[in-house]
Parts: sequence; C-alpha cells; structure tokens
Amino acid sequence: MTDTSDGLDFAAATTEPVEDWATDYDIFDPDYIADPFPIWDDLRGGCPVAHTDRWQGSWLPTKYDDVVALARMVPELSSTDPIVVKPPSDDTADANAYSTVNAPPISSDPPVHTWSRRLILPAFSPKATEAHEPFTRQLCQDLIAQFIDRGEVDAAGEYAQQIPPRVIAHLLGVDPERADDFVEWVNGVLGAGLSRPEVRTHYRGKIREFFMAEIADRKANPKDDLISELLAAEIDGEPVPDLHVAGTCNLLLVAGIDTTWSSIGAALWHLATHSDDRQLLVDDPSKLDNAIEELLRAYAPVTMARVVQEQTEFQGVTFEPGDKILMNFPGANRDPEAFENADVVDLERQRNRHVAFGVGIHRCAGSNLARLEMQVAIGEFLKAIPEFHLAEGANVTWAGGQVRGPRKLPIVF
Amino acid sequence: MRIIVDTDKCEGHNRCYSLAPDLIDVDDYGYASAIGDGNVPPELADAARLAVDNCPEYAISIEE
Ligand code: HEM
Ligand code: SF4
Repeated sequence: MTDTSDGLDFAAATTEPVEDWATDYDIFDPDYIADPFPIWDDLRGGCPVAHTDRWQGSWLPTKYDDVVALARMVPELSSTDPIVVKPPSDDTADANAYSTVNAPPISSDPPVHTWSRRLILPAFSPKATEAHEPFTRQLCQDLIAQFIDRGEVDAAGEYAQQIPPRVIAHLLGVDPERADDFVEWVNGVLGAGLSRPEVRTHYRGKIREFFMAEIADRKANPKDDLISELLAAEIDGEPVPDLHVAGTCNLLLVAGIDTTWSSIGAALWHLATHSDDRQLLVDDPSKLDNAIEELLRAYAPVTMARVVQEQTEFQGVTFEPGDKILMNFPGANRDPEAFENADVVDLERQRNRHVAFGVGIHRCAGSNLARLEMQVAIGEFLKAIPEFHLAEGANVTWAGGQVRGPRKLPIVF
Repeated sequence: MRIIVDTDKCEGHNRCYSLAPDLIDVDDYGYASAIGDGNVPPELADAARLAVDNCPEYAISIEE
C-alpha cells in the first residue's frame, strides 16, 4: 500500500541482510516477519538475550522466564517509550506532536499507570465485555454475507481487518462508518509507522485531532459511551485532563485494532493451512475457546518495548540507561522450557500460561474484548464456511516488527 | 480441596473465571477471588486444576 489519502509512503522498510541474529538482529527483516520461530529457537540455544545496533539499538530476550522477569521489572524498566524506532529529535514540531499524544496506561509508569489503568478496567471487565457480544456477532455475520456467495475472499482484508475497528467504534461511541479511516490511521501508527516515525507522527496527530473534537462534542452533549464516562471520571477530586482522555482513546483505537485483526487473521491462516484442526473445531465447536488460547500462544502478535532507567545486569549482559528491551511475548510463548512441544500447535492443549497479552502490571486491559472478538469471528466463520483453504498460489503477506499478522490472506471455499 | 487466589499476584487475565466460573468470581475491575471459602466439590476438581495451570501470574493455588 503506497498511496494513502495523505500521500505518505506505506511501503515496507528496506533492511540489510542479517548474518548474525545474536548480535545484529532486525525485527523488520522479511525473514523475521514471515517466520521468526526458527530464529528465536536458535537464539534461545546460544544467546538468549540478543542485541542489535539496528533501528536505534535494542535487546531481544527469547526465553519465557526472562521475558516474564523483564516485564515485571518495574521501575528499572520504563514503559514511557514502547515503540522501538523514535522520531528524530531535531524535528521539533513533530517531536512536540509526538510527546503530547501519549497513550496512558500503556506508555505510563506508576503512579500515573495505576490510576489511568484503573480508569478503563471497568469498561473491559468480563461482565462489561459480554455486553458487546450481540453487536460483534451481528457484525461478523453481516461481513460474511457480503462474500459467502463468491467462493473466495481475502480473509485478512475483507474480514479480520473489518471487525476490530467497528467494535472499538461501537465501544467508544464514535461513527463506525469511519472504520476505513481508523484502519489507515492505525496502519500509519503501528504498521508502516513502526519503522517510519514521520508517518507515525502524522497519523498520531490525526488521531488526536479526531478525539479532541469528539471530546468537545461529548462535553456539550454527554452520551452513554466510554468517552463520556472518561470525561465524567475524577482523580483525587479533579476531572481527567482532556489530553489524557484523548491519549487513552488513541491507545484504545490503536491497541484494539491492529492487534486483534492480526490475531483473527493468524487464526484463519492456521485453519486454512491445517485442515485437521479446522475439522476438529467444525465437529466440536465447544473446543473453540481453548483453541483460541492456543492460537494466541502460537501466533502472539504483540512485542512492546521498555526503556532502561538504571544500569541493570541481566543474564550475563548489562543494560545501560536508555537501552530499549523488547518484550518478546511471542518468542516466550514458543519456549520449550515453558511449554511441552512448544513448536506444535495443539488446539487441545490444557496447560497454557501463554503471555500473548503480556504479564504483570501492563497485562492487556482489552484481553477480554480481544478474546470475545476472536471467539465470535472464528466461530461465525467456521459456522458459515466449514471448509476453506488457501487459494492456489496465494500470495499471503505478513506485517511485522512489533505487531505481526497476515495482511493479505486469499482463501477459497 | 480448596482453591486460593493470591490477590497480590492477580493481574486480571480472567483465565480462571472463564475456566472455573463456579469457583471464581471477578470484581468490576476484573480481579479474581474464590467464591465463598474456596471449597472445591469433587466434580469441579478438574476445573480448579485448569484454572491453576492457565494463570500466567501463578496467582492460583490448590490446597488438597
Ligand atoms: C488479540 C489482541 C490483542 C493482543 C495480542 C494484545 C496484546 C497486548 C499486550 C502484549 C499488551 C502489554 C504491552 C506491554 O506490556 O507493554 C497490551 C496492552 C494493552 N492493550 Fe492489548 N492486545 C490485544 C487487543 C486489545 C484490545 C481489543 C484492546 C482494547 C480495546 C486492548 C487494549 C490494551 C490496553 C489499554 C493496554 C495497556 C494496558 C496497560 O498498560 O496497563 N488490547 N495488549
Ligand atoms: S487467571 Fe490469574 S491473573 Fe487472571 S484473573 Fe485469574 S487469578 Fe487473576
């Protein structure tokens, strides 16, 4: 995708070939994006905490216990800059735009993290989440009705990608007809924008503008939606600042869309390429919820970053202040020391402490909603289309870096 | 058998609640607690073990 409505270049980043993954890895390398699993396996055996100078430098842990220990390392590791590639600091106008749209609570440390997370948790509790089931189910059925007679579909672009933006719009109380815009903005932030900070800054600005207008509107006409709820909340007797509300809405849009569409897409990719697993779920839909957990484990999409605050020794390496550490939850989920037959996708796996949603204080606040969307999206798809497989010669493309999932998934049925 | 939730460790993944809804309740923020005194009737022993084995925070334990 190179021509967006704003004329910005969304092409994939170009990378130099990698020869030594332990000392020079590249999260935007096409091999890493398409098939990171053997790379993590090799690293775990030799150099479990890899390092690179590429993309402003970072560390990559690959073992479950290490990733979990690092995720719990607060306050030594800070969440204030969860994206690996920063915009250039000499670009003052952009740098300002960047720093004023933060994304609490994902980009906050305690104590701000504690209250800003508590602010949104009730909207995402298991009980609150159940209320979005009928909307989500109807949405999935309507999407399927648009292509079921065709016998073929791009299951990433025409299905997986269409679901989360509408569910989030429904939850925030904003116009679901803007779903295509949301997808473009989120692509600009977490897709192309990951390796092109100028693209990210541009789209963050658009998202902030959008939510600041929504906030002004809710102040004049409060509604029964999450934006109004956030505006009505008080912290220590004071209303939450508008920019904070805009930042949290920005996070919910960005964190709720790219991630979930990647997970739905990866699950459909797996089922399109593993007919026994597809049949298992068609024959017994009661196995779906457990299967979704295994698909989350095997194809966890999200790798956020931390910034080192003070010099820290860890597993024989020294982190210096300012170093970035990748929270490699997807790699942790493939660690044979933590999972039996870690490389086998076993939809009936019973012991599954996977960390696709992270671990510790930043555990994905939207995990119940994400699970609901996946269960409904995959369940409805299998009900309507019990038999499907990849189109012949299908050109499946994956996005990756910090959020991994299929972006084109042509299937036939 | 008794099921115990360590509320200091719980981060609200809610795996326990979906695997053992007859044993675990969650509050408005998604944090878990055992229902009643945590007593696990024999027919729910498997559900209790599943809750233990799927909590990423190791927040659930069983007392035989
Ligand atoms: C399958 C889909 C999803 C995956 C795999 C996922 C994954 C993650 C991960 C790994 C984190 C932790 C990041 C860290 O440790 O720095 C996180 C945080 C977060 N996610 Fe998700 N997410 C998904 C869907 C969603 C949805 C649907 C929403 C809400 C609309 C959401 C909202 C959040 C929020 C608010 C945080 C920040 C929590 C905090 O910092 O306290 N996510 N997500
Ligand atoms: S699974 Fe663990 S962390 Fe999650 S709610 Fe239950 S006790 Fe808490």
